[in-house]
Parts: sequence; structure tokens; C-alpha cells
Amino acid sequence: MEDAVLARRAMARQRRGRWLAHAALALGVLVFAFPIWITLVGSTHDAATIGRGDVPLLPGSHALENFATAWGEGGGRTHTTPAAGMLLNSAIMALLIAGGKIAISLLSAYAVVFFRFPLRMAAFWTIFITLMLPVEVRIIPTYQVIVNLDLFNSFTGLTLPLIASATATLLFRQFFLTIPDEYVEAAQIDGAGPLRFFRDILLPLSVTNIAALGVILFIYGWNQYLWPLLIINDRSMETIVVGLAKMIGSGDTQNEWNTIMATAVLAMAPPVLVVVVLQRWFIKGLTETEK
Amino acid sequence: MATLNLSAVTKSFGASTVLHGIDLNVADGEMIVIVGASGCGKSTLLRIVAGLETPTTGHVAIGGREVTRLEPADRDIAMVFQNYALYPHMTVAQNMAYGLRIRGTPKDEIARRVAETAGLLGIGPLLGRKPRELSGGQRQRVAMGRAIIREPKLFLFDEPLSNLDAKLRVQMRGEIRRLQQRLGVTSLYVTHDQVEAMTLGDRLVVMHQGRAAQVASPMEVWARPADTYVAGFIGSPAMNLLGGTLAEGGAAVQLKAGPLLRFPDGPRAGGDGRPVTVGVRPEHMLRDGEALVTVALDLVEPLGSETVLHGTLASGEVLTARLPGMVPAVGSAMPLAIPAEALHVFDAESGRRLDA
Repeated sequence: MEDAVLARRAMARQRRGRWLAHAALALGVLVFAFPIWITLVGSTHDAATIGRGDVPLLPGSHALENFATAWGEGGGRTHTTPAAGMLLNSAIMALLIAGGKIAISLLSAYAVVFFRFPLRMAAFWTIFITLMLPVEVRIIPTYQVIVNLDLFNSFTGLTLPLIASATATLLFRQFFLTIPDEYVEAAQIDGAGPLRFFRDILLPLSVTNIAALGVILFIYGWNQYLWPLLIINDRSMETIVVGLAKMIGSGDTQNEWNTIMATAVLAMAPPVLVVVVLQRWFIKGLTETEK
Repeated sequence: MATLNLSAVTKSFGASTVLHGIDLNVADGEMIVIVGASGCGKSTLLRIVAGLETPTTGHVAIGGREVTRLEPADRDIAMVFQNYALYPHMTVAQNMAYGLRIRGTPKDEIARRVAETAGLLGIGPLLGRKPRELSGGQRQRVAMGRAIIREPKLFLFDEPLSNLDAKLRVQMRGEIRRLQQRLGVTSLYVTHDQVEAMTLGDRLVVMHQGRAAQVASPMEVWARPADTYVAGFIGSPAMNLLGGTLAEGGAAVQLKAGPLLRFPDGPRAGGDGRPVTVGVRPEHMLRDGEALVTVALDLVEPLGSETVLHGTLASGEVLTARLPGMVPAVGSAMPLAIPAEALHVFDAESGRRLDA
């Protein structure tokens, strides 16, 4: 008898636990997904519907024309650059930042882990300390340097200061430290020099890590706001995140919310696409190492 | 195919000296096993031969060519690692071919040698697989293949069997020996396992605290150990080492445990009263004989065909005996005989062997 009661209680507790878990998840989904839903819906109505002030919760019928306007003409307060151009700029910037960071940090982590040279740890710590100096903190001197180098309004000026950072170096260093010494020694006996070892053995072993970092860094680069805002004032080179913000006017101006929402959807799409495509690698790179 | 000569090789890491001057001459086609407890410097010695470490002083010559300062790749050696160190992202065939590819061997030549080596090792069907899809024994074979394919002057083995289970280890041990004899490649094999050492080596190097305690054939090491360390290290159960002093002008030994034993092979130098250590292997102990000692048994291990007895003597010394057949149970004291013809005599202080 006693046992039957205990069993029933355990069942009830399990059911309650499941129910609670689902409720919490549903709440989370709502909180994260609702603004995105509003954006999506907003991009499918005409300017007047949104302009009236009531927020529609169901999609309208103007999706095609809104996206066409955003893509080809741009819109908003001051008729910005068309989204197509800004997307291209953003893509170039994000790819340069992600690629540059990975290349630099692979090489520096390789040097720090596999070679013995004077001031090795000093070099590592110097790189490491830059972790504590995000772009925003060093923005004025960096701006000065870029302007003095005549890199204002250029992709070099846009990406170079963002490439120099320690996060990826640190992650690659940690990964390289897990690679058994025997691989290095086997390669030495096989006759592989340092560059060969890097190319033939280290790079293939790092593929999943590179993919995972690539995703994170691509999104990091894509979402840059402050630096592109400062360093680019040629509208044809504007990135989509900055351009989107500039589309929104303040005060009494009538915003073309439908075009803005469509541009926002376009701005969100590439990072989502990258995550979806590289998701399998991404998770692998964060959770397991190939050994 | 080549000789290997080490002369006065030492190695220090900072203040600690790991190798205190090793001399070794390996003949062409010989298989030398370096055996010793962990921390004796055996792996360091192997790594110095490989070129993965540089000796602090001394010279290494392979095939008469001085290689002390050369890179591993320029020494024409191949090495099998304890954890195999197969490149995980390459297939078996790519793993084996990698060294040849770097050396710029033509493609068809590589393909021919991969197929040939795979046939030799029976790993043909595995060539397209990745290392993680292989069992321990298969990985071991691939690691061997990677060494063989290069046709090096010298094979180096760094405890290659220690990651395998007991049964596979015995099987692979046999395969390595057969392969080495068939190819006739000079080999250096490091292990801590005395059975591997005894069965594989043409000669053994027994290392102890950075020195070569003895360099000799396995039977020689077993029958005439150079010092008490070697005596205790080779053989299982370990040799009994008992205290005593020379008597009758060196012609006999007075054991602390009681009996006086006369050497059948002649007197030892040093005269009466010289302290010595007397070694006798457990399997040489007898149930009956002239020089009887009483052993208080504390553990009896029946192994079927024989029984291993552990106990203490009246002198407080520990004694192990391996006797054929069945023997009484724990707790009882029993007399055992030490045969004078099976004695090993060592200097008590230095531990060196004393011969007649």
C-alpha cells in the first residue's frame, strides 16, 4: 500500500516537472521570438497600416513591394543606400574580420604553443591583455591612427582594428595544448617542417574549431556598429547595421516602418543562414575534439 | 640496415641528470631491448637516438655516420610510439605514405610500397579507414607499417605494446619479433616489461638510475646478473637477496639466516668476514637438501602446477620460493633448502657481482 502511494507521488512529481519545464521553455521562446515576429509581420504591411499606430500581429499582403523597395532603393528618413549594397559591404566586412582574426590567431597560437623562443610568455600575455581592451575603450587612439594612416573610408580601416584581438588566439592556444606531443614528434620523424606540420596536420585537426570560431566571429563582425559608424561616412560603403539605424528618424518625422522592417529582416538573414549551415560543425567544434 | 653506436651519452635537464654516460654498440640487424623501471632514463635514451632530444654530452652514430646534431628526419630512422601517434584525419594509407610524400617519393612508388607493406602486415583491407575506426591491435599494425614503409636504417620502439590488452600483447610481441627478424633492421625497443624484454631482445640493456646496469643477452642477464638491481629486476618472482659474510677464506658464505654454504665454483676474493649479498631464485629453492632454513609462511599462492610461498626467515629476511606441486597452508613453518650451486654472490656494499 505504502509503496503504491509513493509511486503515485513520484509520477505526479515527474508530470509536474515536465509541465514546468515546458512552461519555462514556452516563455523563453515567446520572449525571444516575439520581437522577431513583429519585425517579420511589420515587413509585410504598407506604411499607412503601421503608421496608424496599432501593431498588426498577422502578416499583411505588401511583403514583395516592401522587400523590393528595401533591396533596390532604400528608404527611411533620408533615403539611405539600398540594402543590397549595404549587405554586400557588411558581408565583406564580416568575412574580412572573421578570416583575418582566424588567420592571425592560428599563427600566433601556433607560435606560442609549439615553439620555444625568448619572451614567449611575455608575448602571450601581451596578446592576452588586449582581451581587456575592447574596441570601445581604445577607440580614440585607434581612430587617430587610422586617420593618420589615411585609411578613413576604406575596408582596411574598417576591419584592421577589429581583427586584432585575443579571444581567438586564446581559444586556439587551448586547443593546441590538447594535441599530443607525439603528433609533433611523429611529424618530425616523418620529416615535416614547421610549416608543413601546420598545414598538413594542425589545420585539418582544427577544422571544427575554425568553423565554430568562424561562425562566432562572422556574427561579431556583422553586428559591429560603433566602429563602422565612425570610420565610414561614404554612404556607398555603409554597412547594414549602421544604415538600418540611420533609417530611423527621431522626433516628428514619419518613419517608413515597412521598409525599415524589411531591411531589418534582410540584416538578420545572413547570420541566421551562417548559423544554420554551419550548425553541425559549430556544435562539434565547441563540444568535441577530434583525436 | 646499420649499426648504432652511442658513446658516453649523458643528458641533464637543468640540475637533474637523467643519463650518466651510456655506451652502447649495436650490431647490424640486432634487436636491443632497453628495459628498466619508470624514470630510469630509458625513454630519454631512445629519444636521444631519435633526435627528439639532444644529448648534453656524448655522441650518437648511425651506420658509422655521426648524427648527434642532426634533425630526426635526417637520421633515417622510424619510430613507433606508445600511443601510436597516427594522424587522426588521415586514412591508414595516407598515414603510411606521409613520410614518403614529404621526401618527394614518386606517386606510383608510394602506392607500390603502401600496398606491399599493407600486405606484409595484413592490413590491406584497412587502407581506406581512419585511425579511430581501427581496434588497438590494428592501430598498432598501422604504426608498424608507417615505420616499415620508409625502409629506415633503424627502428625505434617506445613501449609500443603497453596500450594493448594482455592477450593481444603476447600476439603482437611475436609479430614484432618475426617481422624484425625477417626485415633484419637494427632495432631499439624500450619497455618496462621484463617478459617483453626477455622474449624480444637479442641483447638487453638493463637501465637503472640513468646507467646501464648490464648489457648482455637475455639468458646471460638471467643467469649471471651483474648486480643486485638486475638480479631483482629480471625474473618473476624476484630473486631472493640474503645477507651474509664470507667464511673459510672466501670458499663459503655464512648466511645471517643460519646455514653455511660452500661455493661449488671456487672461492670469492676478500677473505673471511667480507659482507656479501647472496641471491637465489625462488624457482631454485628446494624442499629438501643440505642447507636448510626454516621459513615462517605468511602467504601461499597455488598456481596449479606449482606453488609460490612467501615467508620470513629467522633473520627477519623475506624469502620467496616457487615449488612444484602442492604445499601446506599458511601459518605453518616449513624447512626449505638453498642449493649452493644456484647461488649468486654480490658485494654487499656496491651490489656488484662477485665471481669465483
